[in-house]
Amino acid sequence: MTEIEINRASQLIDPQLHIWGIEVPIYLFLGGLTAGLMILTPLLLGRTPPAQRTKWMRWLPLVAPLILSFGMLALLIDLSYKLHALRFYAAFRPASPMSWGAWILIAIYPATLLLGLATLDDNDWRWVSGRNWIKKIGVLTLAEAARRFALNHTGRIRIVNIVLGIGLGGYTGLLLSTLGVRHVWSSAVLGPLFLVSGISTGAALMMLWPLGEKSHPWLRKVDIAAIVTELALLALYLVGLSSGNTAANAAAQLFLGGPYTATFWSLVVFAGLLIPLFIELFEARKRIRPTVWAPVLLLLGGFCLRLILVSAGQV
Amino acid sequence: MSRPRYVMTVDTKTCVGCNACVLACKSENGLPEQGYRDWIVTETTGAFPNLFQEIRSERCNHCDRSPCVSACPTGASYRQEDGIVLVDPAKCTGCKACIAACPYGARYVHPRGFVDKCTFCVHRLTAGKQPACVDICPTDSLTFGDLNDPRSAVSRLLKSRRHKTLLPEEGLLPHVFFLI
Repeated sequence: MTEIEINRASQLIDPQLHIWGIEVPIYLFLGGLTAGLMILTPLLLGRTPPAQRTKWMRWLPLVAPLILSFGMLALLIDLSYKLHALRFYAAFRPASPMSWGAWILIAIYPATLLLGLATLDDNDWRWVSGRNWIKKIGVLTLAEAARRFALNHTGRIRIVNIVLGIGLGGYTGLLLSTLGVRHVWSSAVLGPLFLVSGISTGAALMMLWPLGEKSHPWLRKVDIAAIVTELALLALYLVGLSSGNTAANAAAQLFLGGPYTATFWSLVVFAGLLIPLFIELFEARKRIRPTVWAPVLLLLGGFCLRLILVSAGQV
Repeated sequence: MSRPRYVMTVDTKTCVGCNACVLACKSENGLPEQGYRDWIVTETTGAFPNLFQEIRSERCNHCDRSPCVSACPTGASYRQEDGIVLVDPAKCTGCKACIAACPYGARYVHPRGFVDKCTFCVHRLTAGKQPACVDICPTDSLTFGDLNDPRSAVSRLLKSRRHKTLLPEEGLLPHVFFLI
C-alpha cells in the first residue's frame, strides 16, 4: 500500500492536473480541419479544370484561413496572459513544438489567401474589388498585386499549401506527443494520427460544402482511405501504450476499461469512424445519393478524439 | 573557479512536515492565495502494522534537463548557468505548456496571468542569503549550496548520506536531493 498526501491546494494541479480545458481541443480540431482543407483543396482544384469549377469550389480555399482564425481565437482565450500573446512572435524556440506551431500558423495565412486569389475567376475578382470595404481599408492595390503573383505561381502555391497543411496537421499531434511526462500523450503515433484525422475531417467538411456531385466520389475515396488509416493508427497507439512501461500501460488502461473507455469507443471509434465508414462504403457500393450523416459524424468524432485525448492526458 | 551548481537537499529523516518552509516561501515571495512554490508530501507505504512514513518538503527540482524550458515557446522559462530554472513574467503568455511538461506539478498560473514557480529565492542568493525555506526550517532539514564546491554542506551531505531524487526514471537530473 502506498498513500500519498499533499498539502498543496493549487486548483489547476490538485487533486488532478487541469491546465487545458475545452479551448485547446477546439484549437487542435480546427487546426486539423484547416490542415485537411489545405491538403485536399489544392488536390481537388488540380483535378478540376477551371471551366468545371463551381462558384462554391472557387471560394473553397478561403474557408481554411477562416476556420484557422476561429482556432486561433480559441487558443487566445486559453492563454492566461492574453496581453502577451504576441510574445510568440518575439522568439523562435526550436525545441518547443508550440513555437514551431505559432510560426506555421502565421505562414498559413498568406499561403491560403494566395491560393484563394489564384482560384477566383475574373468575375469573382470583379465582385471582390467592387466591394466598398476593400476600398476603404486600402488593400486593393496590394490584393491585385498578390492576385497577379498568385496567378503566375499557382502550381507552387498549391504545393506550399499541401506542405504547410501536412506540417500543421502533424504539429497538432506533436504538440501533445512531445510532452513526454504525460504518458497518454507520449506516443510518436499522435502526429500521424492527428494529421490523418485532419485529412478525414477536412474531406468531411468538403463533402458538406456544395462542390457539385462530380467531386463527391473522389472525396469519399480519400475519406475512406483516411478513416481506415486512422483506425490502424489508433490500434497502433493503444498497442504501443499497452506494451510500454507501467506508466504507459496505466495510460492505455484509461481507454481499455478505465474512465475514458465508454466515451472513447462509442464517440470516437464507433460513432466517429466505423459508422461513417460503413455509411460511405454503403453509399459507394449502392451508388446512392450521399447524406450529411457520414460527414457530420466524422466531424463530431474528430473533435471528440482531441477532447478525450487532451482530457485523458491530464489524469 | 568553476561556475556554481546550486542544489538543495531535503533530509527526510528530520523533516516533520511543519509547513514553516511553505509559509516562509509565501511570505517572502508575496504569493497569492492559491499559489504555492513549495509544499509538504507525506508518503505512507507498507501494510499495518509495518508502516513506513516519509515526509518531504517538495518544490521545483530545477532539472538539468528541464522539460519546461524546452516546451516554452517564448523563452520565458529559462535555465541560468548556475542551474536555477526561472520564469520571466514579461515573456510569459500563460500558454501552460511548461505546466504540462513538468512531471512534478511545480508550476501554477499566478492570478496575474503568468506562470510561477520556485526560484530558489534567487533574489536572496544575490544578497548573500539562503533561500527563505532553508533559513526558516526549525529542524535544519533543508540545506542549500554549491555542488561544485567540495567543501559546501550539500557536497558533504551528498557524499556521506544515501539520497534519491524524485521520478528518476524520467531522466531529468533534478537539483533537489532527498536524504534517506
